[in-house]
Amino acid sequence: MSQRFVMSIDQGTTSSRAILFDHAGRLVSAAQREHHQHFPKPGWVEHDAAEIWRNVGKVISRVLTDIGATAADIAAVGITNQRETTVVWDRATGVPVRPAIVWQDTRTDTLVAILSQHALAAEIPTRSGLPLASYFSAPRLRWILDETPGLRERAARGEVLFGTMETWLIWNLTGGRDGGAHVTDVTNASRTLLMDIRTLTWDRELLSFFDIPEAILPEIRPSMATYGLGRGPLTGVPIAAALGDQQAALFGQTCFAAGEAKCTYGTGSFLLLNTGHDLVTSTHGMLTTIAYQLEGEPAVYALEGSIAITGSLVQWFRDGLGLIQTAAEIETLARTVDNNGGCYIVPAFYGLFAPRWRPEARGVIAGLTTYITSGHLARAVLEATGWQTREVLDAMNADSSLPLRTLKVDGGMTSNNLLMQFIADVLDVPVVRPMVTETVSLGAAYAAGLSVGYWPDLQGLRRNWHRAAEWQPNMDPVARAEEYNNWHHAVGLTFDWTHNTTPRTNSPQSQGDA
Amino acid sequence: MPGSIQSIERAAAILRLLAAGPGRVRLAEIAAALQLPRGTAHGILRTLCEVGFVAQDGASGKYQLGTALLQLGSAHLDVNELRARSMNWADPLAARTGQVVRVGTLSGPDVLIVHHVFRPDGTDQSADVGTLLPAHATALGKALLAYSPAAAALLPIQLTAYTAKTVTDRTQLNHELALTRDRAFAVEFGEHSPDQASIAAPIHGYGGLVAAAVAVHGDVDDLCDTTGQAWPMMLSRVRDCAQAITRDLRRARSTG
Repeated sequence: MSQRFVMSIDQGTTSSRAILFDHAGRLVSAAQREHHQHFPKPGWVEHDAAEIWRNVGKVISRVLTDIGATAADIAAVGITNQRETTVVWDRATGVPVRPAIVWQDTRTDTLVAILSQHALAAEIPTRSGLPLASYFSAPRLRWILDETPGLRERAARGEVLFGTMETWLIWNLTGGRDGGAHVTDVTNASRTLLMDIRTLTWDRELLSFFDIPEAILPEIRPSMATYGLGRGPLTGVPIAAALGDQQAALFGQTCFAAGEAKCTYGTGSFLLLNTGHDLVTSTHGMLTTIAYQLEGEPAVYALEGSIAITGSLVQWFRDGLGLIQTAAEIETLARTVDNNGGCYIVPAFYGLFAPRWRPEARGVIAGLTTYITSGHLARAVLEATGWQTREVLDAMNADSSLPLRTLKVDGGMTSNNLLMQFIADVLDVPVVRPMVTETVSLGAAYAAGLSVGYWPDLQGLRRNWHRAAEWQPNMDPVARAEEYNNWHHAVGLTFDWTHNTTPRTNSPQSQGDA
Repeated sequence: MPGSIQSIERAAAILRLLAAGPGRVRLAEIAAALQLPRGTAHGILRTLCEVGFVAQDGASGKYQLGTALLQLGSAHLDVNELRARSMNWADPLAARTGQVVRVGTLSGPDVLIVHHVFRPDGTDQSADVGTLLPAHATALGKALLAYSPAAAALLPIQLTAYTAKTVTDRTQLNHELALTRDRAFAVEFGEHSPDQASIAAPIHGYGGLVAAAVAVHGDVDDLCDTTGQAWPMMLSRVRDCAQAITRDLRRARSTG
């Protein structure tokens, strides 16, 4: 094959990036542009999809020109994206009908509460793999159809199109108004609440439940398939893969087999466990989602557990308490003491999520005595991420009976050695960091390269994966059990808080535009 | 433009004298060497002691460089911050060279390993983070000592020989440190363990002072030719990495 590189486009929450990878999976060139975050009302978060498309065009051009490459050098393009963000646009003009509603947006809370009264609501988890929640795309699409006069009729006539960000980008990349492909991939479709998680097709009952006309929806395709050929600076290049960002990280970490798992430690954290071709329905609050699908093959499933507050707890420690100057300094502060001194922090800032689902809970600092210093608090902050990971993993083990042998990690918090060691200690499995930390982009590149034969098979990709660091568990089992017990006790103290107190509304978005 | 300030010139001369000397120096020797009245020299030394740039030995009354001077370049660079900033650049260096990559900073006269990236060959390895290495027998150490006369002054008179090639002679070490400053990189060729070599380049901190160094570490044949000269490709990758981390540190400071 004469093409030298594969391009990944990572359309994220704060920025869009294009990265070129070579045959060994090494990063060759990268370009990035941030886009604006709009907070028009408390709880609302919006993006301008047109701005994002312009930025994607710019980073594509720049990542090529930076190293003097052209479309002829690119074997394929893979797309990965912020999941569940919802955009509707005019098929004839290519203009979005209103701002994209971002995954963090909570405007559909009331709508979801009303919908959950309906009889079919109880069937949603078994049909879609997801709980009925404002986190996913369908309530947002319903809201847009309800709130935009005449839009539902236009949708039924096929004049407007819905998509998550990969759909929006693929349509534009493959020609837009001039014959652009209106498609989504199974991993993104599995986050809408509208796809039958078994047949991988739009579920008519769910469409009717959410009152969404089928004509507005994209065609569901495998994650690895050629959706169309690029235009402009990517003329003739196959747009050959799409994966939601967390699924891309799972793929980039080469978790191709059942029982392999990765956790991405960022502001929040996402643990995904590959469950193979078996669809596992969680009874412990995990989500069932698609890991990936090769064209012509059955889908590979995953269980997903998300932890809302991990890196953001460190940010709060830095910005809210002012005890450290930079996020990395928390390790320095934590190392001023040998243990947590009996102190535990449970960051239930907006309630507790998986696997406990206690929206009324609020955070606590438990075990405070005069003995406690800022060093102990720093330990407790880091340990909270470790124990939350343990709780998610315990829930997955209860659902899937696929014992985890190693946890692959990525994300900004993996530079924290104390935290990574603690996670290995409390999970009692080795924690491994790969050499390429850009696992999301790499996963999209792998998928695209595999799709067009740039890489022959999954085994070849495994050979590109190298350990950069590894942390072996080294904790006395008795101490581990005692600490876990203490953590559970601290978690119990968070329950019912808002049921018994006068609430204060302190929405994070109420401070206006950032 | 006003003339230079005499007392600062004299203070600088005293610091240079202490940095160049083998160890602790008497007040009389300082005054004589710089042709200063004893009272003037004593006054300047007392001020330098107050700001921590000079320390006085309680028993002998002799003077030496103080620890505050050692921390000038790195005091505000948290080692965990250094690791967080280094990670994105140290990983590709390991991937491209196929070698272990280590980032270190001075801790007294030793090198503290702050970050360690495994050699990408699938073998079982363990990280050296937190361990101390002898500065005079490693490329990391030489790259750091070259820019820190105060730390070099803390080295023991008798340098430990780890292999037959370890530089134990102070004059030869000073010569190597001068060479390191000229070239802006350091090489260690079988000086810590017989078949291993390392190549290091300095990382500049916020004020432009050298705050850390990054090195590749591996078999002598992979890093150097038979005369101990670093392979050009290895060397340029190490230097590119050091420059990238330097840029990142500078950007971090400027954007708060």
